[in-house]
Amino acid sequence: MTTYKTKQALPAEGHLATTPASEVRARHTPLVPSVGARRIWLTLLGWGIALFIFFPILWMVLTGFKSEAEAIADPSLIFTPTLESYVAVQARADYFKFAMNSVVVAFGSTLLALLIAIPSAYAMAFLPTKRTKGTLLWMLSTKMLPPVGVLVPIYLLFRDVGLLDTRTGLVIVYTLMNLPIVVWMLYTFFKDLPRDILEAGRMDGASTLQEVLYLLLPLTLPGIASTGLLSVILSWNEAFWSLNLTSSSAAPLTAYIASFSSPEGLFWAKLSAASTMAIAPILVFGWLTQKQMVRGLTFGAVK
Amino acid sequence: MSKTRASGRTVGGLRSLSLQAPAVTLLLLWMLVPLGMTVWFSLQRYNLLMPGMESFAGLENYEYLFTDPALWRAMGNTLLLVGSVLVITVGGGVLLAVLFQQEFPGRGIARVLAISPFFVMPTVSALVWKNMMMHPSNGVLAWLAGVFGLPAVDWFSSLPLTSIIIIVAWQWLPFALLILLTAMQSLDDDQVEAARMDGAGPIAVFFYITLPHLKRAISVVIMIEMIFLLTIFAEIYVTTSGGPGLATTNLAFLIYIQALLDFDVGLASAGGVVAIILANIVAIFLVRLVARNLES
Repeated sequence: MTTYKTKQALPAEGHLATTPASEVRARHTPLVPSVGARRIWLTLLGWGIALFIFFPILWMVLTGFKSEAEAIADPSLIFTPTLESYVAVQARADYFKFAMNSVVVAFGSTLLALLIAIPSAYAMAFLPTKRTKGTLLWMLSTKMLPPVGVLVPIYLLFRDVGLLDTRTGLVIVYTLMNLPIVVWMLYTFFKDLPRDILEAGRMDGASTLQEVLYLLLPLTLPGIASTGLLSVILSWNEAFWSLNLTSSSAAPLTAYIASFSSPEGLFWAKLSAASTMAIAPILVFGWLTQKQMVRGLTFGAVK
Repeated sequence: MSKTRASGRTVGGLRSLSLQAPAVTLLLLWMLVPLGMTVWFSLQRYNLLMPGMESFAGLENYEYLFTDPALWRAMGNTLLLVGSVLVITVGGGVLLAVLFQQEFPGRGIARVLAISPFFVMPTVSALVWKNMMMHPSNGVLAWLAGVFGLPAVDWFSSLPLTSIIIIVAWQWLPFALLILLTAMQSLDDDQVEAARMDGAGPIAVFFYITLPHLKRAISVVIMIEMIFLLTIFAEIYVTTSGGPGLATTNLAFLIYIQALLDFDVGLASAGGVVAIILANIVAIFLVRLVARNLES
């Protein structure tokens, strides 16, 4: 079993780790005389645009460390950092309770979505029928259902079965919300896997379960991981359902931030501190897993 | 499960069906139950403010909805919002992917900064843009305008839909960049090299090699973005609440106003049905087009 794995997995990995384009180019192309000037230009442009895009986030983080008076004064990068907004924000609402809800709901729904989607994507990729294409498109079309269009029925159903303001309720909604995307991404990752590998496994007498556990999952791990990461991010940032289906005990960070937006919209330092706390975990998570996400995406839908 | 197969290939649709069953069943329930209830409510005179007054209304809610200019305005806004953001993010994403593919010092960090907005929750980005960037007197943009001696723009009252488009595009441009940058990395260097040898300039390489190579990735971006942009809600809720007037009301927000502010479940449900039909028309035409692109 493992022989297939190593033998076949290597070319795919190796392909991704080829020499950077620039090195190849530097060796082979006749160099333009102004290559140094071009490099400086590129650096300025690249960094300029990156900072331009990042600026609102940077500004928000900085504002969180200012006093309220400094926050609404003329924009300035020079100020004495203070933690007073963070203290005030924490005193008003227990951040960790909301953060815990976000973590549980985002990861819980992602895990559940993956568990349900993997068999389905496996069947679609390796045992396609005439209906497979249609099923895939239909699944995606359920994503186009505007949440507001079905809010009232869901709200009434949840009220009747006691799922309002529970983590379980949110996990169910988020799982279903992300399921079509998760199935689609996994399907594209699975489909790109060379059929021969699974065929060879079958020849050796692997059962479906063994095939999935020992061949499919290890080989498509980057794809599964990137799908999972996207699902975590989408669940973490979802605002509509969390605002309408939770009130206090199951409210995630999206609700936390909303509680600071309306009555105290003008207290920018506190608002910024709360916002920074709400996005920090997922932003750092995104930064750390960015390579993984990119690798996964390379492996799958985008090639 | 442990049944061994001789040929391995054609075990028939039954196994395929049973493996798909959980996902399909759940999504079918998720779609049909609320949808059925929504259709049912849409045929009722049902207002939460008047309990006990529910009665069958026939197509009255739909009649009211279709003669209300708000519906057409909201549809127009929805399409304008989706279309503009798609053009900005795909166009900008391609250009930025080309830029960030070039080697320069600190490229890795610059990339990470540029894709960061994708991780920011929509409510937060809307709040930051509304209060700290676009605020007419204390915002950074107003301050910048002042530095150049220009009058400050009151973004949300004079250019409401444009403001929303800017905020949404800021959030989704990084997503397009992330996917397109990834696609760029699989571009065959030898091919580019060969074209260079044949005397192709950077512009020719871009149009004849890079763009065709990115076609599939662009399809993915368009498809995924369209799904999310059709139901944009939080950004509007936090910034303009659909106003001034109906300037920034999209379909999702229109239904929200009717359901939760006017408590008119019947009318809101009729709006929901219309939104679902519109979304599926888009799905049939565009997603099919894009999906075909993905097959090769």
